Parts: sequence; structure tokens; C-alpha cells
Amino acid sequence: MTITSAVMTEPANEQKPAPLSPPLVGEKEVGIRLTEQQQRARRARSIAIALALGALVILFYIVTLVKGPGVLVRPL
Amino acid sequence: MSVTYTHAEPSIADGRDYIALMKPRVMSLVVFTALVGLLIAPGHIHPVIGATALICIAVGAGAAGALNMWYDADIDARMRRTAARPIPTGRLTPGDALAFGITLAVGSVVVLGLLVNVVAAATLAVTIAFYIFVYTMWLKRSTPQNIVIGGAAGALPPVIGWAAVTGGFALEPIVLFLIIFFWTPPHFWALSLYRTEDYARAGIPMLPVVSGARETRRQILLYTLLLAPLGAAPWLLGFAGPLYGVVALVTGAAMIALAVRVRLTTEGHGPSKHLFAFSILYLFLLFAMLLVDRVVAAWGLFGPVAA
Repeated sequence: MTITSAVMTEPANEQKPAPLSPPLVGEKEVGIRLTEQQQRARRARSIAIALALGALVILFYIVTLVKGPGVLVRPL
Repeated sequence: MSVTYTHAEPSIADGRDYIALMKPRVMSLVVFTALVGLLIAPGHIHPVIGATALICIAVGAGAAGALNMWYDADIDARMRRTAARPIPTGRLTPGDALAFGITLAVGSVVVLGLLVNVVAAATLAVTIAFYIFVYTMWLKRSTPQNIVIGGAAGALPPVIGWAAVTGGFALEPIVLFLIIFFWTPPHFWALSLYRTEDYARAGIPMLPVVSGARETRRQILLYTLLLAPLGAAPWLLGFAGPLYGVVALVTGAAMIALAVRVRLTTEGHGPSKHLFAFSILYLFLLFAMLLVDRVVAAWGLFGPVAA
């Protein structure tokens, strides 16, 4: 079994990166090629996850400041 | 050796689909009632901690909505009211919705526990679990009492808000719980009276499907007769002032009048639609007046109310 990694099938466009081709098994393409809409949706989801994680970090930082050093020592 | 790779169709879901998955309209009511529970609670909570509690409650409600849509995708696809949801339309896979719901549920409970308090977090966890395991997975498809018992999940947010401030429970949040609990049956049964075919097609044993419209109308009136005095209970018990009392009595009487109209109706859905629409306004007014009452009391217009 030979599995090659994803390769670029078209010359790189400096303005707009070409979409990744599906991985190859031998001479046969397997997997999928994302459409432009799917790529846009994936990018939007990635940004949303990054923003959510960033917001969580900021929230924990601010609450730590609000509660002070005894943040883990409190009654139920 | 040959290897076969299979791929699910890559998702085209965007932010709007994930927001729809969290049932934003339900979430707004949850946040509002939780805010009231939080603001009428005695004691002090730092605004940042209070806002954190509300965000966690909102996210927890969103998680419950997402998990509900994941489990109910099959019946959502058969109902006109829900057929356009992200999973039935194929914009979101059930697996994505499940992962999203679990992540938000665990995240909201953990953050609430770490940053606010464990009692509020435990109550949020119970609320989400009750909505998913008891209402969605068990009652909804098996009994016409589904929304009566399942309504407990929707009634808990003010209790969580109260617990976020006090770290415990008291009579006041329990009264708010009971108001929402007894409000739920007339509200949803009024809706189901003019969506009976939709529910029947989906195989959901709502009361009009199982027992007929006549029995549903009778039960709506009975629950409304219990709800109206409960709505006035915050004033009668002394934790809301006369302004609240007047609004609760007037709107409670209006609820009863609309429920009587529904009871006396034999044809047409006008009275049911009016009751459904007014019930939303009724609940909103009761909780908004609790807030107004606090502000008025703080300004000393009617003297302080018991906290």
C-alpha cells in the first residue's frame, strides 16, 4: 500500500492559493476536494472557535482579578 | 491490501446554523428569567461574576437546545414548524450538533462552577440533563404529560440565577419556578391546538393528539386557574410590591378570560392563537415587573420590599 501525501496539482497562484488536492493512494485520488463554500464555512468556524477560546481566556483573567488571589478558596 | 476511505460530506454550516441550533428565542427567555432571579436575590454579586453566570446559563440553554435538535432531528423533519432547522435541511450533520451540544453543556457547567459557585453549576447541570434525558429522550415521545413534567427544565433558570448570588435556594425562586412551571402547559397546549396535525404527523403524543381538542381546552383552563393566583404570589408573599400585584392581577384575569374563550370555542383557532401570544407577554410582564418593582423599591417610592 502506498499512500502519498497531499500534493499541489496546479501551479501556485500568488494572488489566491489553489485548493488542496485530495490525498493519493497509488495512482487513485481518494478523499474529497472542498468547494469554495465549504472552505469559507470551515474558515468561519475556525475563527469562531478561536474567538470563543480567546474570550474564555480573557474571562478567566478578569474573574481572577475580580476575585483576587483567593479565587480557589471560597465557600460553596 | 486495499484500504477504503469514506468521508462524510464536509459541512457548509456557518455561524447562523450554530446559532439556530441553540434556539435563540428560548435562550432569550431563559436569560431573562435567570436575570430576574439573580437581581431579586438578597446579597451582592460582582457585576462581572453576575454577567459570567448569565453567559453560562445562556450557553447551557443553548447546549440543551442543540442536544434536543440532535435527538429530535427525525421528528423535526416531519413537522412544518421545525423542518427548516439546520439538521433536517442537511446544513449540519447530527454528529456535529451532538459534539457542539456536549461541548457547550460541559463547558457551561464547568465554567459556572469554577467562576461562580458549585450550587448554581449543579442546578444548571440538572436542568440540562432533565431537558435532554427526561423530556427529550423519554417523555416527549411517550406521554401527553410531556410538556407538563418537562416544563420543570424551563422553569429552573430563575433558581439558577438566585443560586448564583446566594449559593442556595429559598421560597422566592421556588415561587418563580412554579409560575413558569404552571405557565408552560397552557402556553404549549394553546400552540398544539392549532398545530395538532403537525404533531400527529411526527408521532408526538401531545394532549390534543391523544385526548382531543375538547379535553385540551379543559386542561388549559384548569392550569390557567392555578397559574393566575401563582402569578400574584410574589406580591401576596411580600417579596414584590403593589405595582407588581396590580399587574399580576390584571394580566392573570386576562389569561383566565382568554382561557375561558378557548374552553368555550368549538371551531376555529383564533382564541388559541390569542392565548398563545398573550401567554408570552404575560410571563414577560410578570418578570419585568419584578425588576421594575426592585427599582421602584430602591428609589423608595412604595417603601422597601422584603428581600
